[in-house]
This record gives sequence, C-alpha cells and structure tokens, in this order.
Amino acid sequence: MTLLKHAARTFLLTEFVSAMGLTLRYMFRKKATINYPYEKGPLSPRFRGEHALRRYPNGEERCIACKLCEAICPAQAITIEAAEREDGTRRTTRYDIDMTKCIYCGYCQEACPVDAIVEGPNFEFATETREELFYNKEKLLQNGDMWEREIAINLELDAPYR
Amino acid sequence: MADLIANFLFDSFGLTLVPWLATLIGIVAGILAITLPLLLAVAMSVYMDRKVWAAMQMRRGPNVVGPWGLLQSFADGLKLFLKETIIPASANKGVFLLAPALTFILALVGWAVIPFDAGVVLADLNVGILFLFAISSLGVYGIILSGWASNSRYAFLGALRSSAQMVSYEVSIGFVLVTVLMCVGSLNLSDIVMAQKGVSLGVNGYFFTPLFPMMVIFFISALAETNRPPFDLPEAEAEIVAGYQIEYSSMAFALFFLGEYANIILMCAMITILFFGGWLPPVEWAPLYVIPGWIWFFGKIIFWFFVFAWVKATVPRYRYDQLMRLGWKVFLPISLLWVVLTGGYLLFFTDMIK
Repeated sequence: MTLLKHAARTFLLTEFVSAMGLTLRYMFRKKATINYPYEKGPLSPRFRGEHALRRYPNGEERCIACKLCEAICPAQAITIEAAEREDGTRRTTRYDIDMTKCIYCGYCQEACPVDAIVEGPNFEFATETREELFYNKEKLLQNGDMWEREIAINLELDAPYR
Repeated sequence: MADLIANFLFDSFGLTLVPWLATLIGIVAGILAITLPLLLAVAMSVYMDRKVWAAMQMRRGPNVVGPWGLLQSFADGLKLFLKETIIPASANKGVFLLAPALTFILALVGWAVIPFDAGVVLADLNVGILFLFAISSLGVYGIILSGWASNSRYAFLGALRSSAQMVSYEVSIGFVLVTVLMCVGSLNLSDIVMAQKGVSLGVNGYFFTPLFPMMVIFFISALAETNRPPFDLPEAEAEIVAGYQIEYSSMAFALFFLGEYANIILMCAMITILFFGGWLPPVEWAPLYVIPGWIWFFGKIIFWFFVFAWVKATVPRYRYDQLMRLGWKVFLPISLLWVVLTGGYLLFFTDMIK
C-alpha cells in the first residue's frame, strides 16, 4: 500500500504540482520590496551614512581640531592638520576623510567632544571616480550645511539613549 | 508569398520579375516577416521571464526603463552591444566566434516550419517534425564548439554537461514525437494541428487524452533540452560559473542569450503544435473561431512560456546524476512504453496502421 502510495505520488508529480501552486499563490502576494529610487525604507536615527562637519547656529564651525577622531579611526581614514586662526582659536587647516577607507563604524562621531563630525543619514553618494571619494574639509562642511536639519533631528531623537 | 509579391510589383509598378527573382524576394520577405517579430518576441520574453520570477519571489522586477520596464531588454542589448568582444589568448578564434552564431542561427532556422495559422508557414515540409527534431539536435554543436574553443576548464565542463544532457533528453523527446505522429499519421506540422481538432469532447488538443503524460514528459524534456532550470546544470553558476558562456562577452554573449530564448520559444511552439492544438481555439465552439488563429497560437506560446518561467521560480536545480537518472531511467522507459501502448491500440482498435 505504501509502495502504491509512493508510486502514485511520484508519477502524479503531486509534490511538484503543490509547489507550483504555492509559487502561483505567491505571485499575487503583496511585493516585499519597495520601489527603491522613488520610495525609500525607514532609517534609524543612528544610521551611519555619509560624513558631515557641522556648524554652530551662528555659522562658526564646531571642529576644534582636537584630533580625537583621527586618533580613534580604526581605518585611519581621517587626516587633520591644525593651526591657530587670526582670532586665536584652534582650527583645522585640513580635514580629509578618505571615504574609500572608511568603514562607517561611527567612532569619529562618538569621539567628537563638540558633535562636529557626524555620520548623516545620506547613503547615496556614489561617484564615478575614486578621487571624488577623497573628501576634504570644504566638502564635509558643505555636507553639514546640506544635511543639518536631518542630522539635528536624528541627534535629538537619539539623545535620550546616550 | 512569391506570387503575392510578384502581383503587387506588377500591379503597382508595372514590373515583371524573372520567376526566380520573385521567388527569392518572396522567401526573403517571408524570412524577415518571421525573424523580426521573433527577435522582438525574444526581447519581450526575457522581460516576461524576469517579471514572472520577480512576482513569484515577491519582488518587482525591471520597472525603470520605459513604461513598466518594457524596454529593459533593449537597454541590456544596447549595453552588451557597446562592450568589447574579448577573445581569450589561447582560444581558437574562428570556432570561438562561430559557436554563438551557430547557436543563434539554429534557434531561428527551426521557425521555418512552424505553422502560425492555417496555411501560414514559410516551408510547409511534409517532414516538418523531423526537421524540427534535427535542428534542435544540431543546437548541441553551438554549445560544444563554444566550450572547446574557449580553452577554459569551466567552459569545457559546461559544454560537456550540456551536450550530454541534450543528447539524453532528445531520446525521450524523440519517442514522444513518435507517439504523436503515430496518432496523427503524418509528419507535417499543419496536419498534426488539424488532427487535434475536436479530438476529445470538443477540446482541441491532445492534452485531454491518454497522450497527456507524453505532454508532461515532453515539457520536462524541453526544459532540459533548452538548459532551463531546474536543469540548467551547464551554466550552474555556483559550480562552473556560467558554463560554456564563461569566456564570452558583448555580442557573442548576446547571441547565445538570444539563441537560448529563441530556442525556448521554439520549444513552447512545439508543445503548442504537438499537444495544445496549435492555432485552433482551446475548445470547438464557433464564436472562438472569430479570433484569428495566430492570436490563439501566440497566446498558447505565451502560456507555455509562462509555465517555463513558473517552473524556474519553483523548482531548485537538479544534481547531475539525478538529471541523468530522470532522463534515462524514468523518461526513456515511460515514453517507450507509451509508444508501444499507443502503437498497440492503433493497431488493434483502429485502422491507422495497416
């Protein structure tokens, strides 16, 4: 009897037929994917994307060239040179991040005492050449200006857990 | 076709053509009338394939290029066209370039005998089914030549696998064809279609008859014959990367790709003609004949193509020994048994075999 049952199952391809039925049912299910470039998934406030150097509301740059981020960077992607500005404050003359080296660990953001260097929510910064990924201070400050709103909101949302 | 063009030229331009020229022009026009829509159909079938898999995996599939992504295949084709054809240093250049062309040409040649509607066929051969069988067997050459000429281990393994697989499954396809043509009593594809008119309970097609198991065997063998999943071992990407296609790039690769899909559509057309009533409507009901035959034919091809994609989305890839076991130990005996049973039935209960 079991033999007969087995033979019937084999020759009537019941398993294949039920599998085909399953895939056919799934065909009419709601899509699990989103329509990406036009539709985006939610991001955590802690999302670690493209770097940005922030400014104070009066337009003064936050970075004080303490070089803690450079020291902690495990990929050694950050290069900083510092000098005294005319008004006597300590500022960076050079702040470079090699985005091809960066591993997006977020340690720079953690190390920063003045919340100057942050990893913003932007993850769409693909470039056509490698050189474009060697960010300098100008580019990072520009990022900061562009993403300040989102970065500020994210920092505020994450503040209770710090 | 030749008469049509000769008459047209005479009526509109007052031209009289030499008979052989008229015939030549007629044949070329016929070939173009089949090939150009076929190439378009290949492009759209790649799109349909991807859309069906995507839907069954709850993805969206191509939807960016053109409305609903309809132009995706053309974008891919353009991309391939703009790339460089890399020929490996140690490859046999002539054979290396011949192989994809051969695959592509053979995939198109088979369409010469396919009847699209009553009387609409380029070459109404009285041995049409043998022609189709021969052409699909020749398809192995493109693959084994490419595998050998690439001078690469992966390509060679893929080619060996592919040729062994195609040769094995041709045997059972052959027996299935024998069963059908015994029931019909003709090798002409148009006759085969007409023989299915109202064959059982007013249904056009053999799928509702004791030939149904043969249809299943033919379909599964067709999957193996065209190297489609679950029998896509020749290009098993996890083991031998892309099999015989591995050294190919640009248009050479595109020709393989187009040839593969043209072959798949050809197999869909074969199933349609052999078992699904060709250009006849599904059931014998007069209003259905209002719709032209070629629409039914293409509808049935699209249905079978959908089933091809459906199977790919459902079944995981076979192991090579399982594939060979299925071909030689299951399909061959069953199809042989069916040949004997059908022959016996026709001999004792009908007067088709004298």
